[in-house]
Amino acid sequence: MSLRLDRASLRIGNRHLVRDVTVEALPARVTALIGPNGAGKSTALRLMAGLWTPTGGRASLDATDLSGFSRQLLARRISFVPQDTHVDVPFTVRELVTMGRHPHLGRFDDPGPADAAAVAAAMSRADVAHLAGRPVTELSGGERRRAVIARSLATGSNVILLDEPTANLDVDHVIETLTLLRELAEGGATIALALHDLNVVSRWADTVAVLQDGRVRATGPSAEVLDDDLVASVFGVRVERLTAGDGRPALVFHRRRAGTPTNNVTRNWDDSQRGNRRLSPAPTNTSSAGPRSARPTETSS
Amino acid sequence: MTDTERRPGVRGAAATGRAVTDTERRPGVRGAAATGRAVTDAERRPGVRGAAATGRAVTDAERRPGVRGAAATGRAVTDAERRPGVRGAARVGLPLLAVLLVAAAVAGIAVGSTGIAWGTVVRVLASRALPAGWIDLGEISEAEQVIVWLIRTPRVVVAALVGGALAVAGTQMQGLFRNPLAEPSVIGISQGAALGAVVTFVSGLAAAAVFWLPLFAFAGALAALATVYAVATRAGRTPIATLLLAGIALGSLSTAVATLLISLSVVNWQVANEVVFWLMGGLDNRTWTHVWMCLPPVALGAVAARWHTRDLDLLLLGEETAASLGVDVERVRRTMLATAAMLTGAAVAVSGVIGFVGLIVPHMLRLVLGPSHRTLLPAAMLGGALFVIVCDLLARTVHPPTEIRLGIITAACGAPFFLYLLRRQRGGMAAL
Repeated sequence: MSLRLDRASLRIGNRHLVRDVTVEALPARVTALIGPNGAGKSTALRLMAGLWTPTGGRASLDATDLSGFSRQLLARRISFVPQDTHVDVPFTVRELVTMGRHPHLGRFDDPGPADAAAVAAAMSRADVAHLAGRPVTELSGGERRRAVIARSLATGSNVILLDEPTANLDVDHVIETLTLLRELAEGGATIALALHDLNVVSRWADTVAVLQDGRVRATGPSAEVLDDDLVASVFGVRVERLTAGDGRPALVFHRRRAGTPTNNVTRNWDDSQRGNRRLSPAPTNTSSAGPRSARPTETSS
Repeated sequence: MTDTERRPGVRGAAATGRAVTDTERRPGVRGAAATGRAVTDAERRPGVRGAAATGRAVTDAERRPGVRGAAATGRAVTDAERRPGVRGAARVGLPLLAVLLVAAAVAGIAVGSTGIAWGTVVRVLASRALPAGWIDLGEISEAEQVIVWLIRTPRVVVAALVGGALAVAGTQMQGLFRNPLAEPSVIGISQGAALGAVVTFVSGLAAAAVFWLPLFAFAGALAALATVYAVATRAGRTPIATLLLAGIALGSLSTAVATLLISLSVVNWQVANEVVFWLMGGLDNRTWTHVWMCLPPVALGAVAARWHTRDLDLLLLGEETAASLGVDVERVRRTMLATAAMLTGAAVAVSGVIGFVGLIVPHMLRLVLGPSHRTLLPAAMLGGALFVIVCDLLARTVHPPTEIRLGIITAACGAPFFLYLLRRQRGGMAAL
């Protein structure tokens, strides 16, 4: 199933959160929406999920307008994983994942054997089967994210949208999560993510849409779209392209300050210390810790 | 107007005509005096036995919510921790609650100023439930039959309906506000319902037809709930401070207006006195009319609550997640506000303001059964009924012949628990 925004806009009051955004998420592909904070990637993702209705343009699933679906029907087709997966209530993982069956159940139905089977399959797919009986409130961030992804799999939907799926995760969990998403895409699912981490995007996404100030700046295969000039102008940084051990690019970002010769300083450091450019500790911030993830981890009793 | 019609509590009953005897109004001292020989006889005859029954029932009642309850809770929690997810407690919990409820109901009918043997209670009830002639009531006196069937049974049934309604309303509000301290009387909803009820009393509507009282109580509760919700909720979350403050303000305002209405319309001192007494919350002089008055909205509310069990679970995960899983958040929220208001209104209409039931019961049950509303809601219905029956039993028997107001007993249990929750609260639903 392919999910498409066609010149979609969302205006709240006088402010356009997104304007004329055209993006398409295709089956068996990982599509990433990237851009700085406030660029409108989360908004665009919510329009695609049908959580919000565009004030202009349209959002459609296989050419059918999303407004033509009931909430329940939409929930069977498209699932959405929010950035904040924090849960304050000690539901067990199994209970949480079973909630994914909600769109398949009638008002007075209890989940039956078919639902239990779907839940078990989703839990083992997302590698949370061993946590089935644990309260969600006791899980680590990575485990909780996987549990929420399992819930989305339990809906049986073939389109999964994720808002910042790697936020707050340790690197090993980032890799686990993204590997799972890649595998799902290879199985034919349509995956779309809002991300701010350019290295993650260039490594894991097939297609990229770069948003800036609510508009699409560029869209296409990630390898082609993410050139240094575009990144430099959208994010306001200077990009240094290194080559990782597997031969793929790794980006390092440097502050770009008008009128200061930071470039030279960095260059000198680079030239003196690094003969061949390899992925290594950079003198300035790498992209791995975006400002968005600077959120204190919440704990609950 | 006869004496009966002037009492707000018994007014509805008066509509059914003379079925309400003096005995029903004052089951205690006065009733005995009014019906004369029969009751005093009944009181005298089972003298020793009755006292023994009272003693036993009270200690039972005290043990159940207190020591034993705590022990059960403690054990269940550790069980849940050891075998998490199994929620074995849930499977045992509901039948256990049902059994306790039946036991408490029989105790509630048997124990009182006139002790009645358990066997007599069961036989009188059975004679009503089964076709005429199946049960031989030969040696059971007329007075005992009246006490069991016309005085105590309706009181216990009303207690069960009120308790169930308040506990379910509390559970729903906690889910709706995503806030563990939401409870009908704490956030001013019961007071809103009471204001609606007072309007019917002072305007004479309550005397005109039975349905005005619960209808106005519902309207008052709905208005209060909608106001608190609109004032205190931002982006689907209700911070504790704003919720409580909005509730306090609204509750005080409702009570003030209700008091004003009463004082402006003092036709005679008796009416005002009775209304004020009713406001304090109690179940004295409840009749079958009160049962029929609150049964339909409570039943409807219970069905509506069941209708939304999974929606409630999902809303606890946040609006966006709920919406993405197929919940029509706005519609569900409106229906649940209406359901919670209807349940609160039905309870307040027949019992006045009884506090903390919707707080204590769901929280105790959550500790044992877990947060899933599929078991929590029916458990709250049973548990609330059990709690109020037991509290009412205490209210009647702790200090005879005076009845302590039921609202005082529930507040005595509920307020410390509320403070404990408040202290433990660290934001969000963390205490759940």
